[in-house]
Amino acid sequence: MCLAIPAKIVEIKDNVAMVDFGGVKREVRIDFVPHVKVGDYVIVHTGFAIEKMNEKAALESLRAWEEVMKAMEE
Amino acid sequence: MELSIFHDKDLAQRILQGIKREAEKIGREVKLMHVCGTHEDTVTRSGIRSLLPENVKVMSGPGCPVCITPAEDIAAMMQIMRRAREEGEEIILTTFGDMYKIPTTIGSFADLKSEDFDVRVVYSIYDSYKMALKENNHLVVHFSPGFETTTAPAAGILKEVIEKDVDNFKIYSVHRLTPPAVEALIKQGTVFDGLIDPGHVSTIIGVKGWEYITKEYGVPQVVAGFEPVDFLMAVFMLLRIIRKGETKIENQYTRVVKYEGNVEAQKTMEMLFDIVDAKWRALGIIPKSGLELKDEYKDFEIRTFYKVKPPKLPDLEKGCICGAVLRGLALPTQCPLFGKKCTPRNPVGPCMVSYEGTCQIFYKYGALF
Repeated sequence: MCLAIPAKIVEIKDNVAMVDFGGVKREVRIDFVPHVKVGDYVIVHTGFAIEKMNEKAALESLRAWEEVMKAMEE
Repeated sequence: MELSIFHDKDLAQRILQGIKREAEKIGREVKLMHVCGTHEDTVTRSGIRSLLPENVKVMSGPGCPVCITPAEDIAAMMQIMRRAREEGEEIILTTFGDMYKIPTTIGSFADLKSEDFDVRVVYSIYDSYKMALKENNHLVVHFSPGFETTTAPAAGILKEVIEKDVDNFKIYSVHRLTPPAVEALIKQGTVFDGLIDPGHVSTIIGVKGWEYITKEYGVPQVVAGFEPVDFLMAVFMLLRIIRKGETKIENQYTRVVKYEGNVEAQKTMEMLFDIVDAKWRALGIIPKSGLELKDEYKDFEIRTFYKVKPPKLPDLEKGCICGAVLRGLALPTQCPLFGKKCTPRNPVGPCMVSYEGTCQIFYKYGALF
């Protein structure tokens, strides 16, 4: 029940969006992510988008931790 | 979004090297606890326990909301269905697929369906709500379990139900809060050196929602995502905090979780629900861990209209150690019923039913380590 997965927003109509889970499309509610746009990725849980995904933050934090690990090796 | 990096084998290897070095420096056994069925799935599916150094143990806590839903509530909902029929009303009961199959000593919702009651499995409370709009000559009741991640959608739909005054949609709330359960485990004596926080509960409550566990109990925490690299990175970050002797909380899952969480969702939940003491199956009453609709919204809770008294039921069948598994005190393989009398086809305990239950995850991936 608690499985939440990323999906891409392809269409928005009021507080409902059509999202694409890598091929499977479904309607989800976007009440809690009011500022999303078509093309954004969101995390969907039981039919609700619960947060917008931030790719930049993801890659930045990975790079930062890789630096930490590199420093440990030296 | 490019997520393949979070499955990257070379990166996972490099993180494992980091984990080994930190574990060596710590030089004693370190117990890390997670409280999320999806984390257990990542750990077991990816064989993470077998990759970690011997002195780093990963324990699985109460991360499965349907597993901890009291048997009495399932029984009460069944009584409501029967009472309604006696009074000439056919309720449409909706719930999630795993909740549908959770056994009690007097049967499950699936058994109720076999008695020709209208029980339907849904993916979302949104689907139940749409059903109520379509079949407006029937009362639709959603049996609503779940931690914060599932409570937020329930609150979102209920808000609309209230605004539009839809009178044929009600819920049976068995929602529970995650941090109070962790607090209860600590108080009951489950010992661990660090906590891996569930990424999607944290999406709602934020890093902020967990801070008091570190402040009050000195337990270091890392909020983690669900890909193998996420989990390994969280283990590395946690070991590093422990090795340095720090007590703090960090966020590994920055691509989704914000410090403050999803404020919009929090506001909607706070508007609708009161926090109350609540029973967790096999764990007992946990203070301030349950959510029930506020008095002004009681018309949307089915128990307001049907007062039933469920029989006192045992939490678990004899021999089932689901309680110890949920407390992080035992792994499924220590149970004499596991894989023998108790299988996903024929589950004895709730931990074997849900795909978030530790026993089912162990069974599915054949984890015998």
